Amino acid sequence: MSVARDISRGSDGEAGQPLSPSPAAGVARFISPRRGRPRRWATHINGWLLLLPAAIMLAVFTHYPTVATIIDSFFSTPKGARPAVFVGLDNYQAMIEDPIFWRALNNNIIYALATIPLTIALSMTMAVVVNGKIQGRAFMRLSFFTPTVLPMIAVANIWLFFYSPGYGLIDQVLGLFGVPAHNWLGNEHTALGCLIVVAIWKDAGFFMIFYLAALQQMSPALGEAAALEGASRWYFFRRVTFPLLMPTTLFVLINAIINSFRLIDHVVVMTRGGPNNTTALLLFYIYEIGFKFWDTAFAATLTVVLLALLAILALGQFVFLDRRIHYQ
Amino acid sequence: MRYPKMKWQAPIVGAAVLALASTAMAADVELSFYYPVAVGGPITKIIDGYAADFEKENPSIKVKAIYAGTYQDTLVKALTAFKSGEPPDIAVLLSTDMFTLIDEDAVMPFDGLLKSEADKSWAKGFYPAFMENSQTGGKTWGIPFQRSTIVMYWNKDAFKAAGLNPDKAPDTWDELVTDGRKLTKRDGNNVSQWGVQIPSTGFPYWLFQGITTANKVRLMNQAGTETYFDKPAVIEALQYWVDLSRKEKIHPPGVVEWGTTPKDFFERKTAIMWTTTGNLTNVKANAPFPFGVAMLPAHTGRGSPTGGGNFYFFKKMSAEKSAAALKFVKWMTTPEHAADWGIKTGYVAVRPDAWETPVMKKYVADFPPAAVARDQLKYSVAELSTHENQRVTKALNDGLQAALNGTKTPEQAMKDAQQEAARILRSYNK
Amino acid sequence: MNPLYQPGRLSAALETAGAWCLAVLWILPLAYALWASIHPSAYSAHFVVDAPVTAENFVKAWNAAPFSRYFLNTFLLVTMILAAQLVLCTLAAYAFARFEFYGRELAFILVLLQLMIMPDVLIVENYRTMTALGIVDTIPAIGLPYMASAFGIFLLRQTFKTVPRELDEAARVEGANPLQVLLKVYVPLAKPVYIAYGLVSVSYHWNNFLWPLIVTNSVNTRPLTVGLQIFASSDQGIDWSVITAATLMTSAPLLIAFLLFQRQFVQSFMRAGIR
Repeated sequence: MSVARDISRGSDGEAGQPLSPSPAAGVARFISPRRGRPRRWATHINGWLLLLPAAIMLAVFTHYPTVATIIDSFFSTPKGARPAVFVGLDNYQAMIEDPIFWRALNNNIIYALATIPLTIALSMTMAVVVNGKIQGRAFMRLSFFTPTVLPMIAVANIWLFFYSPGYGLIDQVLGLFGVPAHNWLGNEHTALGCLIVVAIWKDAGFFMIFYLAALQQMSPALGEAAALEGASRWYFFRRVTFPLLMPTTLFVLINAIINSFRLIDHVVVMTRGGPNNTTALLLFYIYEIGFKFWDTAFAATLTVVLLALLAILALGQFVFLDRRIHYQ
Repeated sequence: MRYPKMKWQAPIVGAAVLALASTAMAADVELSFYYPVAVGGPITKIIDGYAADFEKENPSIKVKAIYAGTYQDTLVKALTAFKSGEPPDIAVLLSTDMFTLIDEDAVMPFDGLLKSEADKSWAKGFYPAFMENSQTGGKTWGIPFQRSTIVMYWNKDAFKAAGLNPDKAPDTWDELVTDGRKLTKRDGNNVSQWGVQIPSTGFPYWLFQGITTANKVRLMNQAGTETYFDKPAVIEALQYWVDLSRKEKIHPPGVVEWGTTPKDFFERKTAIMWTTTGNLTNVKANAPFPFGVAMLPAHTGRGSPTGGGNFYFFKKMSAEKSAAALKFVKWMTTPEHAADWGIKTGYVAVRPDAWETPVMKKYVADFPPAAVARDQLKYSVAELSTHENQRVTKALNDGLQAALNGTKTPEQAMKDAQQEAARILRSYNK
Repeated sequence: MNPLYQPGRLSAALETAGAWCLAVLWILPLAYALWASIHPSAYSAHFVVDAPVTAENFVKAWNAAPFSRYFLNTFLLVTMILAAQLVLCTLAAYAFARFEFYGRELAFILVLLQLMIMPDVLIVENYRTMTALGIVDTIPAIGLPYMASAFGIFLLRQTFKTVPRELDEAARVEGANPLQVLLKVYVPLAKPVYIAYGLVSVSYHWNNFLWPLIVTNSVNTRPLTVGLQIFASSDQGIDWSVITAATLMTSAPLLIAFLLFQRQFVQSFMRAGIR
């Protein structure tokens, strides 16, 4: 499987095979210092023993719940004294007929499509700016990165204040330009956009750091060579910098995708899914169904959809983007 | 050093102390009590004060009062705790959560605990309007505690500035519109002061009931199994609310935030606001202008839904605990304490005899607005409450928000909401 | 060091201006929140330069909810999680990096699954597990799903793979068993990665909200994020000055730590060479 092969290709060039053909190295791997005979099975046992604690935790809190969620989606919700009964595809049927589910899915996709490219583009720009010889770049770096250390709950409360119609910061600033007060979070057309802005504000600085690290590892010789050949800065960025940043972009992309499905704190604080479900994100809807309405079977069904979505995205990423990445 | 002499006496003394202490501890009953805070003011301090006073008068009972957030948060917390096997003993939850709690088999009725004649007459001493959401199937499931109605607050200075009589609030739907037109101040494109503001986040259905009751129509049946969202009178009521912002332009557009409405009122962003009487003390303390409180305007009828929270007892309490819990609840709702709570917050004191206490009489004499909500009680109706209450109210809330935003007509919004509610309640109507 | 070369004077000036605008815009929300929290409520919505400064909002916020307990809970939580993660992930990464055991490839794929399927999306089932284990509303219950971190395993594995095998063999020749080799050779060499990972983990778990919200019921276990939300979300008239004060108070430790150690923060990410 290309995924495993690529990943197990570490920087010492090993591809799951011993690199050095030196007999000493090969034999040394299997020799226990206390006895003289090689013990191959020691490696297997030791390997599994070392892995065991982490494996158990992962099995209990990731793998088992995933399987259990899928199974639960085929049963009804136990209520009070009534136990769960097998209902086949009924939950899925109900889900397909639920307009709010489609709304939530739609919202999440729009939300992801908006936040991910914008955040990545902004963070790349910020990194390039901060990396240059610009005045006050320490302040800029601070300013861009600070939102990242705040909890999303705190960020959301602050922005809730700003979006207040009339006396919130946004309306006050816009008021200086003669723009009338607007009910940002209470209007179905702007509410989701407001959440997108908050998410971008929070995450761009975090990704900036990764790009900064990658930029600083780029050899200056590349820039000098391009300057000598008379290439424009934009050309240099497009043809040299950007492709070299691809591994970072892949890493950042994974994070951004996960965040766009995982982070719903701001929905809880600012809009609670409203107005009229225009800001309901998939995980928020699952939370509402599972912990407000206590309909655990339906929540499991929705979770299956979310898991499937994440799995497809993961696969798509590794298969599609992996081919485009240029490793130095 | 006298220690060596005491050596053989010490263990005996120690054992005696231990025995005494353990008997004292054995008699100590500990009650856990979840409560929400839905109105402004130092509520947690007041509740903690009550708990401490109760413990002083009842040294063998300990009350652990736990603040759990909004009504929603408290319900989620209480049910979560119940489902994981460690329910609270007492919780203050919305009176409308009654059906949900019964369906989850989480709470027990009070009737079994009311043994003496004194107990029984105590239970009968609450306002009937509040008991409507507290009883079903012939049993009492909740005891009223922090109950309210919607009232209308108005800014007297703003009225004067607009050429209106500052001591008279609009009393009909038409008057609200005409007064609102005069009160709405514009400079250019911007509105600096709205005529009226009715919040619509969180639980818009409650505010909506303030309009439907004035149109003489009910939203559900007593058994909580049917809803009537698409009745013509209901659609008419929604149309009136939508018109206030879209047609008359005297009300902020879109969905208005509940939590910031009092502040909007203080900041003079609106001349009239509809909110709970529970905010009365908060408004009294913070409004930088003279204000008045009135009943909601009438149309073909008059009135408001009741609101607020009841005490619920969770199942699995031992007999000893439930006796202690009953003591606590009775203590909290004696006329004196009910009056004190009402004065400190603005909630309606839940028993008629609380209003007859000297403290309350004086308070009302000094501050007449306090009695408005009480006087509105005779026109008040039960708050929307059905089985699967959370889901049904969400269907209605979504529809109301859609209509206020203009994405659906009132008729379409209510028809869709009714369809959804009927679907949810289907299994309860078999 | 800088692969970009110098632009002309005008574009340089424009770029600098643009960058400054962006930076100021970016810090504006936080600056305004700070301003609102140190002035009385009446000024929270009106920007008046000479408004009186007060610490009253912070006092009010501190007294309104048991923030000291929340701080303690959060501190215990992140410490517990980090400690467990360091141990579990080090062992697992060592196994993946240096041991060829049956099923290694498959096991690694299963571990990587957690990168995409985080405990956060499995709230319903994990909650049920916690109920079954009887540990709902305890601090360990918040931390358990996160203790085996696929990200940590991945990161440390990459790092361990770059350690020259000669060091490993040298240690073995001197008579060390695998665990001692791990502790004496691999761990010290991976220090920058540990620091970077530690920072990421602490800030992630300090700021985590949804799962702690679901799993905790009482003041004794609530972390800061949940405490702040419960405090800020009461249906009462919202007082922005107090809420911004509470918000800043709960973010303060991380913020201060970052301000004091920002060089180290940024350096450690870079040295860890995450690409």
